[in-house]
Amino acid sequence: MALSKDEVLAGLAELVNEETGLAAESVQMDKSFSDDLDIDSISMMTIVVNAEDKFGVKIPDEEVKNLVTVADAVNYIADNQ
Amino acid sequence: MKIVVTGLGATTPLGGDVRSTWDALLAGKSGISTLEQPWVAQYEIPVTFAGQAKVPASEVLTLQECKRLDPSSQFALIAAREAWADAGTPSVEPERLAVEFSTGIGGVWTLLDAFDTLKERGPRRVLPMTVPMLMPNGPAAAIGMDLAARGGVRTSVSACASSTEAIANAITRLQSGEIDIVVAGGCEAAIHPLPISAFAAMHATSRRNDEPELASRPYDVARDGFVMGEGGGAMVLETEEHALARGAKIYAYLVGGAVTSDAYHITAPDPEGSGAARAVLAALKQANASIEDVVHINAHATSTPVGDIAEYTALKRVFGDHLGQIAISATKASTGHLLGGAGAIEAVFTVLALKERTAPPTINLDNQDPEIPLDVVTSPRKLPDGPILAISNSFGFGGHNAVVAFRSYE
Repeated sequence: MALSKDEVLAGLAELVNEETGLAAESVQMDKSFSDDLDIDSISMMTIVVNAEDKFGVKIPDEEVKNLVTVADAVNYIADNQ
Repeated sequence: MKIVVTGLGATTPLGGDVRSTWDALLAGKSGISTLEQPWVAQYEIPVTFAGQAKVPASEVLTLQECKRLDPSSQFALIAAREAWADAGTPSVEPERLAVEFSTGIGGVWTLLDAFDTLKERGPRRVLPMTVPMLMPNGPAAAIGMDLAARGGVRTSVSACASSTEAIANAITRLQSGEIDIVVAGGCEAAIHPLPISAFAAMHATSRRNDEPELASRPYDVARDGFVMGEGGGAMVLETEEHALARGAKIYAYLVGGAVTSDAYHITAPDPEGSGAARAVLAALKQANASIEDVVHINAHATSTPVGDIAEYTALKRVFGDHLGQIAISATKASTGHLLGGAGAIEAVFTVLALKERTAPPTINLDNQDPEIPLDVVTSPRKLPDGPILAISNSFGFGGHNAVVAFRSYE
């Protein structure tokens, strides 16, 4: 059964926390990965690869540059599960 | 120009910092123990013990630092931060601060873990930080970033002579006049099934699996190879002028550092000890010292049957009859052999020996090899008053010889 967007957000927040140590609560839909959460491209790639495993989705490298905000990532994952 | 030591740092099999390490060393403790990791049985590793860092890096660094740094760089950062704080967190122009920090092997855990990931899960799962984590200059770069050193960050690699060479290199940097402070030292984190198996394959390491704490026994007739250790050591070196101007506490002078090579055999020491002897003499010449000035030597003495004799031969050539007057300490008996980090922690011990006028003991010397009639210190020994000089030797596969000389600060 597909996960809801809230469930994807919660799961993604866990991955961000594991990679960067940021509090999971700070990972909110309107936040930008780079500008608000200060996540660099290397951490972003690690989060993407871990998200593929966690959510069973494929996130092509060319798609990663479109995932600017947390909402972009949550929507992509929710729509492609 | 005079160069002084103003800060010390270490994380070793004996302790997580300089003080706990030194206290354990003086107390005659061993940092060697049986490895409990599942891979020892899984791969039937022939050597089942080592000197693991007494305080795991994960207890000191943040989770993020641990994730982005190879274990070797983790030890480097811990040692360098301690040395920097011990030096009083000097205020220095970043362009006049340099790092000379070594490793013998580099990020071997990162490299081999990444290859496992590649084989099991494919190339996309290989961590994007793999290259900066495995490169041998990773530890030096991590320190350089942490302390904002912009005067040059270098890594010299010469196996087990690496970090002594790093300290020797610091002299040239400071003498250039371009640099006020150098953070120098080395680290190693190679307690991994592959390096352990590889050293065992060449019969370089002890197989005293039933008595690990007795396995590292330099100069003893029953020695059967070295014992691998892990950790790191660091020192803050600066011009005396700079240290005095900022009111720093000073441990000792760094008065000489020399590097030679054997061009004899890729792993065996030159039995004549010529290259090692030339390195000792060159360091003493740089120090403007005579052989009679030397009261203490922290020997390389890894506890291999041939290596310990070769070093004795070299020392005998240099010092002749005066050798009997020199208090010799072989501290690898307690710490194991930290490979690229060995010279750094032994330089720390040499500086403390001068500062505290105490030569540290060599444990496990039950029956001294008659072919090595050195005056080996077996319980902490008082060193003479007045100006005294000590040297620390390191030799490495490849025929590398490196020697540093320190003089007491009055």
